[in-house]
Amino acid sequence: MIEYKNVTKKYNGNIGIEDVSVRIEKGEFVFLVGPSGAGKSTFVKLLLKLMDADAGEIFFNGYDVTKLQSIDIPRHRRSMGIVFQDFSLLPKKTVFENVAFAMEIIQMPRKAVKRQVPQMLDLVGISAEAHKYPAQISIGEQQRVALARAIVNNPSVLIADEPTGNLDPETGWEIMRLLEQINRRGTTVLMVTHSKEIVNAMSKRVIAIRDGHLVRDERSGMYHPEDDSTEADQNEELFEI
Amino acid sequence: MNSRLVVSFRQSLRQIGRNMAMTIASLFSITAILLILGFFFIIVVNINNISESVKENFDVVEVNLLDQTDEADTGVLMDEFRRMTGVLNVTFQSKDEALENWKDQWGDNADLLERIKARGDNPLPNAIIIEVEQLSDAESVVQKAENMDGVEKINYAQDTVNKLLKITSFIQMGALILIGFLLIISVVVVSNTVKLTVLAREKEITIMKYVGATNWFIRGPFLMEGIVIGVIAAILSSGLIAGIYHYIVQNFGVDFMLIMSIGFVSEKHLLINLAIIFVALGASIGACGSIISMRRFLDR
Ligand SMILES: Nc1ncnc2c1ncn2[C@@H]1O[C@H](COP(=O)(O)OP(=O)(O)O)[C@@H](O)[C@H]1O
Ligand SMILES: [Mg+2]
Repeated sequence: MIEYKNVTKKYNGNIGIEDVSVRIEKGEFVFLVGPSGAGKSTFVKLLLKLMDADAGEIFFNGYDVTKLQSIDIPRHRRSMGIVFQDFSLLPKKTVFENVAFAMEIIQMPRKAVKRQVPQMLDLVGISAEAHKYPAQISIGEQQRVALARAIVNNPSVLIADEPTGNLDPETGWEIMRLLEQINRRGTTVLMVTHSKEIVNAMSKRVIAIRDGHLVRDERSGMYHPEDDSTEADQNEELFEI
Repeated sequence: MNSRLVVSFRQSLRQIGRNMAMTIASLFSITAILLILGFFFIIVVNINNISESVKENFDVVEVNLLDQTDEADTGVLMDEFRRMTGVLNVTFQSKDEALENWKDQWGDNADLLERIKARGDNPLPNAIIIEVEQLSDAESVVQKAENMDGVEKINYAQDTVNKLLKITSFIQMGALILIGFLLIISVVVVSNTVKLTVLAREKEITIMKYVGATNWFIRGPFLMEGIVIGVIAAILSSGLIAGIYHYIVQNFGVDFMLIMSIGFVSEKHLLINLAIIFVALGASIGACGSIISMRRFLDR
C-alpha cells in the first residue's frame, strides 16, 4: 500500500534521504529508527506531501504521491492520521473540541462528529476529560487526545513521529498499547522512534535509516546500537544549531 | 498543574490581545487610507462638476448690471445686444432669479441660500444673459459690452475657460494616479497585518493542513476577517468624510459658490456613491490582503 522507489530529497545539497526504496503492506506495524538527522522526518513528510521529492516515486494506495496536484493533496492527507510533535493540541479548545476539529475541517456532518468523537475518546480512555483544556490534563493524556484526533477520520495509515518522545516510560507504554490496538483494527502504523525498549519489546518490523540511506529492514527486528546518535553525531548537531 | 493553568490562561489572553491589537491596527490603516482616498474622490468629483458646468456655459456671456441701472436702460442695452452678429438670444435675469438658479444647482445644500434670501441682502447682481453662436462671437460681444454704460462686470473669459479645463483634467489625472498608488499601499498594509494574525494562528493552520483541509477552507476565516475589517473601515471613513464634507459645505459653500459660480456637489448624491465605492473597496482590499498574506502558508 506504501512503496518508495529510489526516493531522494535534498535540502540545498544537504541530504534528507537518498535513494530510499521500501515497501509497506496494508495492516503492517513498522518502526522507523535512526540517529537524529538521519532523515526519518523527511521520510514521513514526503509521504504526506508536506514537501516534494527531488527524485523517485512514492506510491500510496495505487497512485504516485510525488505527482499529486495541489488540488488533490487535501484528499490524500485525509487518508492518513498524524501524531507529530509540531502538531500539538490547540490550547484554546477542549479535548472534545480538539478531536471534533479534525472532523469539522474536513466538513463532516455534526451528527457524525457527535457520534464519533466520544467513541474515539472512549477508545483512548479519556472520556472523563472530554471537557477539560489541554493545559488541565497530563502530557500522556494530551498524547492520547492527539491519537484520538489522528484516527477519528478513520485513516488507512497512522503516522506517528516520536509519539512517546516526551513521555515517561509508563505513559509511553500506554500509548504503545493504544497504537497496537489501532493496528489490530486494520490501520497500518508507521512509527518513528528512538526508544530501544519499545522497539525490542514489540518485536515488529524495523526500518533503520542513517545519513539518509536505508541501512536495515528486518521483520520482528531489534534496536541496534548504531540506531542511536553517536557522540560525534550529537556534537555535530550542536554545531549545526 | 495549577501554575500551568495560570500560564496557559495568561497565554491565551495575550493571544487574544495580540489579535485585537492587530485588528485595530489594520482597521486604522485602512480607514486612514480610505479617508485620503475619500478626499481625492471629493476633489475629483467637484472638479468634474466645475468643468462640466464651465463647458456648458461656454457659449453664454453674462453681463452683470450695476444696481442703479433701471429698467429702461436695461431694455436699451438688451436691444443693442440683440443687434450684434452671432447673438442668438438675449434674456434678463434678476437678482432673485439668479439666486433661484443657484438653488437648483445646489440641490440639498440650498438651505444656505434661503438664509441669504431671508436676510434680504442678495449679493447677486441683475444680469443680461446673451447666448451666442460661437466663441468668436462671444469675444466681440464682450469687447463691445465693456464700453457700455450701466455694466458692472462681464462674466466671460475664453482663456480662463481653457486654462481651467486644462488644469482640471490635470488634477483629475493626478488624483487618479494617487488613488491607484493608495490602493496598492492599502493592500500591502492589510496583507502585512493579516499576516501577523495568520502567524499568531500558524499552529491552527498547520493542523488544518495536516488533517487535509482544503486551502479555501483554511482561508475562509482569514478572508472573512479581512473583509470585515475592510467593511468596518469603509463605514468609519464614509462617516468621517460625510461629517467633514458637511462641515465644508456649511462653512465654505457660499464662498465657493461666489467664486466658482457653481456649488459643491450635493452631499446626499456624493456620499451615497462614496459609501458604496468604499464598502466595495474595503471588502476587496481586505480580501486581497488576506489572500496575499496567506500564500506563503498555503503553498504546500
Ligand atoms: N527544512 C530543512 N532545511 C534544511 N535541512 C533540513 C530541513 N529539514 C531537515 N533537514 C536536514 O535533513 C536531514 C534529515 O532531517 P530529518 O528528516 O529531520 O531527520 P530526523 O527526523 O531523522 O532527525 C538533517 O541533516 C537535517 O539537518
Ligand atoms: Mg525528526
